[in-house]
Amino acid sequence: MKLSINSSPFKRAPLTTADMMGWVALACLPGLFIQCYLFSFGPLIQVGLTIFTAMLAEALVMILRRRPVFQALGDQSAMLTGLLLGLSLPAYAPWWVAVLGAAFAIIMVKQLYGGLGHNLFNPAMAAYVFLLISFPLSMTSWTPPVVIIDQIIDFPDSVALIFTGFSVDGFSLHQMSVGIDGITQATPLDTLRSGLAQGLTSSEVVENNSLFQLGHLGWQWINVAYLAGGLMLIQRGIIYWHIPLAFLCTLLVLSIVGYSIAPDQVATPMIHLFNGATMFGAFFILTDPVSASTTPRGRIIYAILIGILVYLIRSLGGYPDAVAFAVLLANMCVPLIDQYSQPKVYGYKKGKGND
Amino acid sequence: MLNLIEKIKRGVMWNYRGGIHPESYKESISTSRPIEIRDAAELVVHLQQHIGESAKLLVAPGDTVLGGQPLTHSDLYSAPPVHAPTSGKVIAIEPRPAAHPSGLLEPAVVIEPDGEHNMQTFTPVDFESASRHQLVEAIHSAGISGMGGAGFPTAIKLAPNQPIEILIINGAECEPYISADDCLMQHYAGEIMAGVYVLQQLLQPKLTLIAIEDDKPDAIAAMTEAATEDVLVRSIPTKYPSGGEKQLIEVLTGKQVPAGGIPAHIGMMVQNVGTAYAVSRAVLYGEPLTRRLVTLAGDGFAEPRNAWVDIGTPVAHLINQEEASPQTETSLIMGGPMMGFTLHHVNTPITKTSNCILYGDNDEFTTQSQELPCIRCGQCATACPVALLPQQLYWYTRGGQLDKAQQYNLPDCIECGACAYVCPSDIPLVQYFRQGKAQIREERELQIASERSRQRFENRQHRLEREKLERAERHKQATERRAQELKQGDAQDQIAKALERVKAKGDTAPTPPGDQDAIAARIARKAKAKAAKGEKSSNPAVAAAIARAKAKRAQQADSESSETQGPVEAQSADSAQQRKDAVAAAIARAKAKKAQQAEPANSAASDDSSSKGESDTEANDPRKAAVAAAIARAKAKKAERAKQTPDKIEQSPPESSKSSASEETANHDENQAADSSSEAQRKAAVAAAIARAKAKRAKQKTEESEEPQKANKGDAAAEDPRKAAVAAAIARAKAKKLAKEQDNQDNPTNSKDLES
Repeated sequence: MKLSINSSPFKRAPLTTADMMGWVALACLPGLFIQCYLFSFGPLIQVGLTIFTAMLAEALVMILRRRPVFQALGDQSAMLTGLLLGLSLPAYAPWWVAVLGAAFAIIMVKQLYGGLGHNLFNPAMAAYVFLLISFPLSMTSWTPPVVIIDQIIDFPDSVALIFTGFSVDGFSLHQMSVGIDGITQATPLDTLRSGLAQGLTSSEVVENNSLFQLGHLGWQWINVAYLAGGLMLIQRGIIYWHIPLAFLCTLLVLSIVGYSIAPDQVATPMIHLFNGATMFGAFFILTDPVSASTTPRGRIIYAILIGILVYLIRSLGGYPDAVAFAVLLANMCVPLIDQYSQPKVYGYKKGKGND
Repeated sequence: MLNLIEKIKRGVMWNYRGGIHPESYKESISTSRPIEIRDAAELVVHLQQHIGESAKLLVAPGDTVLGGQPLTHSDLYSAPPVHAPTSGKVIAIEPRPAAHPSGLLEPAVVIEPDGEHNMQTFTPVDFESASRHQLVEAIHSAGISGMGGAGFPTAIKLAPNQPIEILIINGAECEPYISADDCLMQHYAGEIMAGVYVLQQLLQPKLTLIAIEDDKPDAIAAMTEAATEDVLVRSIPTKYPSGGEKQLIEVLTGKQVPAGGIPAHIGMMVQNVGTAYAVSRAVLYGEPLTRRLVTLAGDGFAEPRNAWVDIGTPVAHLINQEEASPQTETSLIMGGPMMGFTLHHVNTPITKTSNCILYGDNDEFTTQSQELPCIRCGQCATACPVALLPQQLYWYTRGGQLDKAQQYNLPDCIECGACAYVCPSDIPLVQYFRQGKAQIREERELQIASERSRQRFENRQHRLEREKLERAERHKQATERRAQELKQGDAQDQIAKALERVKAKGDTAPTPPGDQDAIAARIARKAKAKAAKGEKSSNPAVAAAIARAKAKRAQQADSESSETQGPVEAQSADSAQQRKDAVAAAIARAKAKKAQQAEPANSAASDDSSSKGESDTEANDPRKAAVAAAIARAKAKKAERAKQTPDKIEQSPPESSKSSASEETANHDENQAADSSSEAQRKAAVAAAIARAKAKRAKQKTEESEEPQKANKGDAAAEDPRKAAVAAAIARAKAKKLAKEQDNQDNPTNSKDLES
């Protein structure tokens, strides 16, 4: 009789890393669906591009590092990174932006730090910031939701826009973005920022802008979809509730405080919570296990820190893309947070014994 | 504490952080009345089945033993004995594979049962009248150690230094598959309760709790029925690892055992239900621990169930090996799936702590799976019941950063396996932690060892320094004392004392003990060289005697130095002096002997004795003393002879014969003497010449027969072989010449006398 020799435990919980990644990706689908509904096929093509590039880059690096390629691809982490980046990109950003971003995320941010589990920064957000700084025009060319633009964008148009910059009929992306009111649109937060910069009050911006009147609803739907997906993840035990809750509460509290102090200079709490990448960030970006804090207290500190940063950047910063910057800044603080938020070990008195 | 007990009695329960809820698989394992599995072909009883040390062996191969007969004995509670499970013959005492993750061989008594199950007669202890000591002694001699898995000797545990307020009987049994305690509680509740009474008797706790996880309703019912009013049966939520001692305490009392401490430090004690049962058997029946309840589970068993198994039964006897294909790997696990270990040999025996045997294929019991990178998901930290951060510890242990791992409390890991269970990357975290802990232990031991040797070295340095100072002080005192004595002493003693002082001064130079060896060696070398020269000068007797004396002295010096290097005892100045005196005396004796040999035994007995006396007191430094002694002796003899000539004449014949025997070698001697050209020789020659001159004068005055004696005396006087040889040769030559001239009658008779 041949006996196998091994170390305990001999039973394992069924959840694997690939399962976790798969569940997160699955939870993104409602959001992706809403994005496609709002922006036509653009987001789907972007996601396809980023996932393909990310997995290709991962495979390439694994070959170069002489590591098992299929094991690395099998853990689904590259797929998820690609997916998250694709979801963050403007729907009709040029194809090379998506490809560059995905390759940057995998090669520079993840693999150069040592691969899965070793990266300091969230790959999708680092790539997003890289693209934003390198190609600001492409990265800010958000088209308004299809419901409020003149043109109808079908699949061939989407492909053509992304790969050539012009629709099948020869319209440029800029022309496609002109709203029914004839004004070029970006994202609501961007619009609000521009409006405030022009000296308008936030209520004026919101009331007089078709984007806010109609499109705002679209952005809210996206956030609601991500909220739903995130709640599903918490329910399945894939992510912990600490980070999203702490982050959303911080943002809510800060926006209420800000709004009650200067209602005309800042966005409403509703805009903060259900616009931009708030929900997407809360449930899918901040909860990235690798780059987030891992101690129970640390997670909360980390989330609060991001909440504060997001609010500050949105209200005072030069970029409207607050979540990406806030997450990267907080990533840098994680080792420090982890160091000082170790839980009290069994049998030790509080404040003693941990160092 | 009273407050707490009130709270507990009111039904308040606590919880501990972390923990997991693995599938228990217990429904499929029968907890009906356990069967008995006996009659293994051989029983392998390991001498050590517990934490602690093994006891002294009582049997030898070939002995026949009865069931329950002790195989080992020890008065130490840390070494509970083991017993023969049944009657049979001891066929071997040899190393056998132990029930340990390593599968290493450990000494075991191998018994071939005779199948008759003859048991020893057991004497019960009346626990109501027995003293505490008697009870603990009974538990110790029954060989009971913790039955829950760790195997800590129960007798030690039952003699705590602190009073026990809360006694907890652990029936939680939280590991999947294992149902031995469940089965025991269902069918032996009465006996368990009896054991609990004994424990209560011993510990006098204010509160006794029996904790059972709520997935064992039958056991809870049985125990509740058997329990008396002063024992609370507590149903606790099913969660792994609630059966852990520290976790159970936290669940039941909300208290945490201080890090590095034991439950007794907070007035609590946890005993397993199996231990309580064994205690009741030991006390009520006087029966030693020779069998235990074992859960036999896994797909490899057609009928998973619980069974009484004799301790020492090889696992092979419990499983059906026929169905197992020899090609596919099979998992054979002792203990539960969370904390058990895979067996290396099917013949590994059941021990006192083996509560479960799992037997199944590799699909049922996950073994080697692909370890993926850690994604720092933190599931492990959430599961950890001790609130460690396994994801951090993993980095540190893997990277060999043991100091960091220690800072993150790695030694507090209880190795429950909850972290590895939940890890989505299938990282064998517990294995890393075990290795890390072992390394930390090893490093700690090394550190202690190096610290000890450092202290040893420093102590030695201090001791040497102190001894040096003491020695200096001693010598100072001795010098002062001598100065005092010199002042007080009479004139006659002064010469002797002066000589002593000279010698003492020579010794005053501080010689560390280490140098004494070198000195001794040097002396020995010198003695050898002298002996060699002495041989050349054909006066080997003298040379040999001196060499012997020197060797003796060297030996003494050696023993002296070894004494000083021994345990540090302040040597009194007196004893040092005594030793030196002894050395001096020995040397003097050696000299005297040599002198005796050189001189005819019967001649000048008084001379000899006087010279001996002189050398006893004076001749400490061999050379100086020898010269002085020789001079003194020569003078004394001369004076004596001047008076006692007639006596000497009578005694002379043998002497003269000897001296004539040396005639033949005289020329040769002279040549040798001429060859050597050291200053010492010259001085000696001068001395000898003086002696000769004096002797001549005396001879001329007296009869011829006196002369050889003088030559001999010159011999004796020149202690230094070189000097002696030269002087003797010259003296002999002269004496012979004289003798030839005056007396030619004598013939050489015994030349050996001088040469030997």
